[in-house]
Amino acid sequence: MALPWASSARRIDDEIVLAPDVPAVRIDSVSKVFGHAPHAVHALDAVSLTVQPGEFVCLLGASGCGKSTLLNLLVGLDQPSAGTLEVNGRVTLMFQESALFPWLTVFGNVDLALRLRGIPKGERKAEVERLLEVVHLRGFEKKRPHQLSGGMRQRVALARALAQDADVLLMDEPFGALDAMTRDFLHEELERLVQERHLTVVFVTHNVREAVRLGDRVVLLSSRPGRVTAEFPVDIPRPRRIETPEVGVLSTEISQRLRAEVRRHRTDDIHAD
Amino acid sequence: MLTEPAATELDAEISGLDSLDLAGAPRASFGRRLWSSAWPKLLAIAIFLAIWQLVFWSGWKPSYALPSPSSVFTRLNSEWSTIIDGAALTMRRALIGFGIAIAIGSVIGALVSRSRVLRSAIGSMITGLQTMPSVAWFPAAILLFKLSEGAILFVVVIGAAPAVANGLIGGVDHVPPLLVRAGHVLGARRFGLFRFIVAPAALPAYVSGLKQGWAFAWRSLMAGELLVAVPGALTLGQQLQVNESLNDATGIYAIMVVIFVIGVLVDTVIFGNLERFIQRRYGLAAAND
Repeated sequence: MALPWASSARRIDDEIVLAPDVPAVRIDSVSKVFGHAPHAVHALDAVSLTVQPGEFVCLLGASGCGKSTLLNLLVGLDQPSAGTLEVNGRVTLMFQESALFPWLTVFGNVDLALRLRGIPKGERKAEVERLLEVVHLRGFEKKRPHQLSGGMRQRVALARALAQDADVLLMDEPFGALDAMTRDFLHEELERLVQERHLTVVFVTHNVREAVRLGDRVVLLSSRPGRVTAEFPVDIPRPRRIETPEVGVLSTEISQRLRAEVRRHRTDDIHAD
Repeated sequence: MLTEPAATELDAEISGLDSLDLAGAPRASFGRRLWSSAWPKLLAIAIFLAIWQLVFWSGWKPSYALPSPSSVFTRLNSEWSTIIDGAALTMRRALIGFGIAIAIGSVIGALVSRSRVLRSAIGSMITGLQTMPSVAWFPAAILLFKLSEGAILFVVVIGAAPAVANGLIGGVDHVPPLLVRAGHVLGARRFGLFRFIVAPAALPAYVSGLKQGWAFAWRSLMAGELLVAVPGALTLGQQLQVNESLNDATGIYAIMVVIFVIGVLVDTVIFGNLERFIQRRYGLAAAND
């Protein structure tokens, strides 16, 4: 499959360990079927996608497009029914809910990620503090997740993900449950972090504007079964804002495609995802 | 890359939003919280004693059946050292029996919660054991262990262990799948997953199981001490038994007061505080209660 955007992947420089021609993520004709015939549900149907190192790809689709299934496959929580997946480098996943451990403090949550990575105790404290600094949560080390706002919890989750020192960050609608203002701030923070750390990001969302505001490329998935139906390179200079006019223009275009996609389903019978 | 001023601006905006989000009511002082949780209890005790005294004055029952509160507390005072010695013996039995029950219940609970075969084999049996009144075990216990400490301990353990096991099983069953997935993503597997994710997530339910187990242990122990007289051990239950055979009403009520107070103290002071502490830590309860 020819990838016209591959050459335009940004932020390829000396700091990237991987050779530029090795993709960070390669998904090749991956299908996923849940259950057995006649009740089988085809969550993904021959999805192919290649993500270059340092690229920020947003997966966009309506309900039932198998977005979350795809992320579970990439992170190894599930196995594909057919096709191959390849992730080069360490991978981590952020969920829509922060999925922080309520019995641990903010410090403890980030620390556990380091501990499970095998970092010796002596080195962990400074590293946790550094990571919390990165997400502007110094001074909140002793708080527990339930004492924080939703946006702060997601930042702790982000610090925890960064603690895994992942090359590829998978995000499953991580800001979907936040209010608009908090989401705007987190967009800026994420954009900055991704640039500083040369992260490869696969970001799932059903919010078109969010996808355009964040992504280097927006990939549109169809629903039931999930298939890649269109791709949109986003050539809007960074830093962007959600209210940047170009973001609005491209969002409108993508929304129309998405709506057409959803309309196709009006006569289809409805299965569970 | 963001320019420097823009980055500083973002930092300020984010920390401003954080402090707006976190503004909440400050927590009341320790003394205030202690008083606010103590006065309803004290009031309830006062009302109970008043009703007791009124019933006594009404002459509904003769004083050899229902003595006055003051006579009971006078008796409690005069026999204090005997009662305390008996209570110490009883508490020793309770702690040993409950300790064994915790060990057995925890091991069985851990095994059943991890193994599907074990669960279908004995999962429902554990619940069945829990519903069985412990007094019903005594005839068999006396056959097995004669009239001895062993018979009493056996019934205490068999009364308390299923509650402990069920608490752990229920806790493991209700660990949020999202947290298990998160642990998996962080690289925790098998024992690590159990140690770092499943076990702490199951802790609140496990402590509830312990509390329930204690209640069963205490009841079984009292029944045991009334039924099984071990020579030389003048435990609370035996003192109650002796007072009954002597038709000594103030003695009976005095021992009952002690049994009740111990039960309440262990339940509220130890388990109540432990539960509240965990719930507050886990964010399961409002921080201000």
